Amino acid sequence: MNNLKINAAGRPVPPEVNGEPVVPYMGVGKYKPVASKCSPVIPSCADFPADGNKCVASLKEALVKAGLRDGMTISTHHHLRDGDLVANNVFDIAHELGIKGLRWFPSASFPCHDHLIPYLEDGTIAGIEGSMNGPLGKFTSAGKMERTAVLRSHGGRVQAIQDGEVKIDIAVMAAPCADPFGNANGLGGPSATGVLSYADIDVRYADKVIVVTDNLVPFPCLPMQIEGNFVDAVVLVGKIGFPEKIMGGTTQVTRSPDRLIIAELTARFCEATGIVHDGCIIQAGAGGISLAIATFLHQTAQKNGWKIQAGFGGTTRYMVDMLKDGTMKYILDAQVFDMEAIRSLNENPGHTAFTLNNIYNYHSKGNFATMIDMVSLGATEIDVHFNGNVVTHSDGILLHGIGGWQNCLFAKNTIIAVPLFRDRIPVIVDEVTTLCGPGELIDVVVTERGIAINPLRTDLIAKAADTGLPLKSILELKEMAEAICGKPEKPRFTDKVVGVVKWVDGTVLDVIRQVEGIW
Amino acid sequence: MEAISGNRGTEVRSDCFIRIVPDDEPGIRIRLKSKVKSLYGQSIHQLVQEELNFFGIRDATVEIEDSGALPYVIAARVEAAVRQITGTGQEFLLPELPQNRYSTVRDKLRRSRLYIPGNNPKLIINAGLYHSDAIILDLEDSVSPEKKPEARILVRNALRNNDMMGIELMVRINQLPLGLQDLEMVARQPLNLILIPKCESAETVLTVRAKIEECRDTGEGPVWLMPIIESAQGLRNAYEIAEATPAVAALAIGLEDYLADIGAERTHGAEESFYARSVVVNAARAAGIQPIDSVFSDFGDNEQLLRVAANSKKMGFDGMGCIHPGQINVIHEAFNPTFPEIEKAKTIVMAYGKAAAEGLGVVAVGSKMIDLPVMKRAQTTIEKAVTTGLIPKEWREIQHE
Repeated sequence: MNNLKINAAGRPVPPEVNGEPVVPYMGVGKYKPVASKCSPVIPSCADFPADGNKCVASLKEALVKAGLRDGMTISTHHHLRDGDLVANNVFDIAHELGIKGLRWFPSASFPCHDHLIPYLEDGTIAGIEGSMNGPLGKFTSAGKMERTAVLRSHGGRVQAIQDGEVKIDIAVMAAPCADPFGNANGLGGPSATGVLSYADIDVRYADKVIVVTDNLVPFPCLPMQIEGNFVDAVVLVGKIGFPEKIMGGTTQVTRSPDRLIIAELTARFCEATGIVHDGCIIQAGAGGISLAIATFLHQTAQKNGWKIQAGFGGTTRYMVDMLKDGTMKYILDAQVFDMEAIRSLNENPGHTAFTLNNIYNYHSKGNFATMIDMVSLGATEIDVHFNGNVVTHSDGILLHGIGGWQNCLFAKNTIIAVPLFRDRIPVIVDEVTTLCGPGELIDVVVTERGIAINPLRTDLIAKAADTGLPLKSILELKEMAEAICGKPEKPRFTDKVVGVVKWVDGTVLDVIRQVEGIW
Repeated sequence: MEAISGNRGTEVRSDCFIRIVPDDEPGIRIRLKSKVKSLYGQSIHQLVQEELNFFGIRDATVEIEDSGALPYVIAARVEAAVRQITGTGQEFLLPELPQNRYSTVRDKLRRSRLYIPGNNPKLIINAGLYHSDAIILDLEDSVSPEKKPEARILVRNALRNNDMMGIELMVRINQLPLGLQDLEMVARQPLNLILIPKCESAETVLTVRAKIEECRDTGEGPVWLMPIIESAQGLRNAYEIAEATPAVAALAIGLEDYLADIGAERTHGAEESFYARSVVVNAARAAGIQPIDSVFSDFGDNEQLLRVAANSKKMGFDGMGCIHPGQINVIHEAFNPTFPEIEKAKTIVMAYGKAAAEGLGVVAVGSKMIDLPVMKRAQTTIEKAVTTGLIPKEWREIQHE
């Protein structure tokens, strides 16, 4: 790809991606398109059965009826996480039907989706837009995917659908509980996911919507997290996912003593600087450090007699515990990580499902994300300008999706809680391999060996002085990491752009290049 | 002939496994498998080349399986393998970190000492992060017999090149005579104290002391000794051991081995060890050194640990061992003076000071008579409170304001 342009972050980016023109990143809050939102086709009730029964015998029949053909865009959501059987099944069927050149548009991918690599190799799938985890990321980095990968945040995905950047031809929505009309939720059944927040935007904008369930209930399926009149067909299958993998993953507080130090320092910093206070709003993700931070903040709030007004999750039992003992008033939930959270959704009026549009969509009339007092996030790299990377590792290989990470950067106080190095690989570096978030939005970096505050946050610097916390400059942290690990060599890339990273407004923030010598 | 050292496997991190096969083919062939190859591949090659060159190995195939080992770990693993091949006594030393050279005083605060297995690089890297009063790199029970030689080299390199963040550095050597080989390798390094396990006589202490003096220049700072009483015989000689030399700074008890030796069983109430612990406290105090308690072996039960440690403080001990970083804060909490204790001590010290100024040797606080021993105890409490940061050094001025 030639004629790259330098964007506002100083990164060279292409003028078009997969044949479509794109806008280079212009800066935070600078790009304001003058246009209308995308308008889905107008359906008519005359084409649907009056008795409300939209059941179709098989997913294959439903896909054929929906008009599956070469080059279409198929979306799936990731509430089934690493236990997902539905996305894999869709492409098994497409392969069987000899369909080629599909674009897969998941809200996230997981290791279980390795299953799709043969379909990427034989041309059934031409490209992925969403997140590429593990082997899919390595496949992409090796330059083997036909189309250029497009990575978006959770909010960026909503924005892309709404703005018409991505038109979904068929949305295949796994539903742990559904009725024949297509009303659905994640609350019950053998593959419960709690909420279906990521499905909301897909069912509103896709041409065709197929609900796939292993738990068909008589009308009405309540609450209607998906409303049936967006749905074309309902398919009952034997199993949509493996429950132990739906709720598995990083849902335990870390037991690593060094990770606990990071969490404890983060909590102490939040208390000492007043970031966390009576009536505050916090976010708590999954992942060992985040969960440990949540438990420390729980103790902090209890000790001071504070009530947290709301917690935004990624919900686990640790947040539910706060709701139960009254430390937290509300949980706003876009994703559920354990059974305790599902139980709480069913029982607690203060615990409610929440769509991504409201919190994360940058092309809307305000984001809930900006109202959050404290978010703690991870990163694969942070550089001396506080820029962050979450998608590639220092060896250049794509391994993770962006998730809600970019969107959360808009919180009042964004804290990156990371080890200084992982197995000799420094996390604090001169320059991020891939830019995913501009440094002006990252306020604090907490490591086990010191805390660095962004010089832009003079208020936090003043509040943190004389607190006894181990404050360092970001440069000092970088030098400490290099003193321990040695200065890393640079990975070798080819000129080929294998992926682009979109900013929350749809502009192109950075590119990912093919890594030399893998595979 | 081939030589291997180090560790590999799915659970192993920050370590490397090395196999060296000397052959007739000219040159060094390095086969490197590493998760950090694209970031440190060249520097690993360079280091290994340089080291083999140093040891005069010219023709060999070297296989490295690296899980993110730091340079001093790689260097230690290579040296351990080379020693097997050539029997060399030469040492390949990376430049010592200047910040690891510090001295400690004999009666330094020693509430907690964190045991780190001497052959586990992953646990060594962050040993200084947990604010224990001391770090022990262990060459004895946590290292299997066949790994002793490579652990010794790793510990030597760690003392020199792993930032220990100013924490008192201790090494637990093996029982003599094996322990003398340990000393040959570590005695010159940044180091503050040697633990002598299963110590049964003053003679053992003196042998260790002589070996250290033989190896270490006086300018390299003092090395204190902490003999550990772990047998009936050792307990009988506790006082002689404690006062064998002024280099002995503390006397510890190791309960697992001691109880096995006397044929007792460890119980919740710990009645079986009351006598031995009391003897150790008494011997140490008689010799003017610190009595230090055993470890608490269940790192998942910090509530019980708090009770055990509180009891240990009541018996007169100054500290305990930790087998997990999660135990440190609990132990500090137990051994720190409590706020009522500090307040009482302040009152006594102030009252005594005032009385002394007026020429009186005895004074009453409330209805209690305060004489010199009570005053001394109060002073110790205040000193501890100042050292642990519970009260400022200038507490008197603040008291007056």
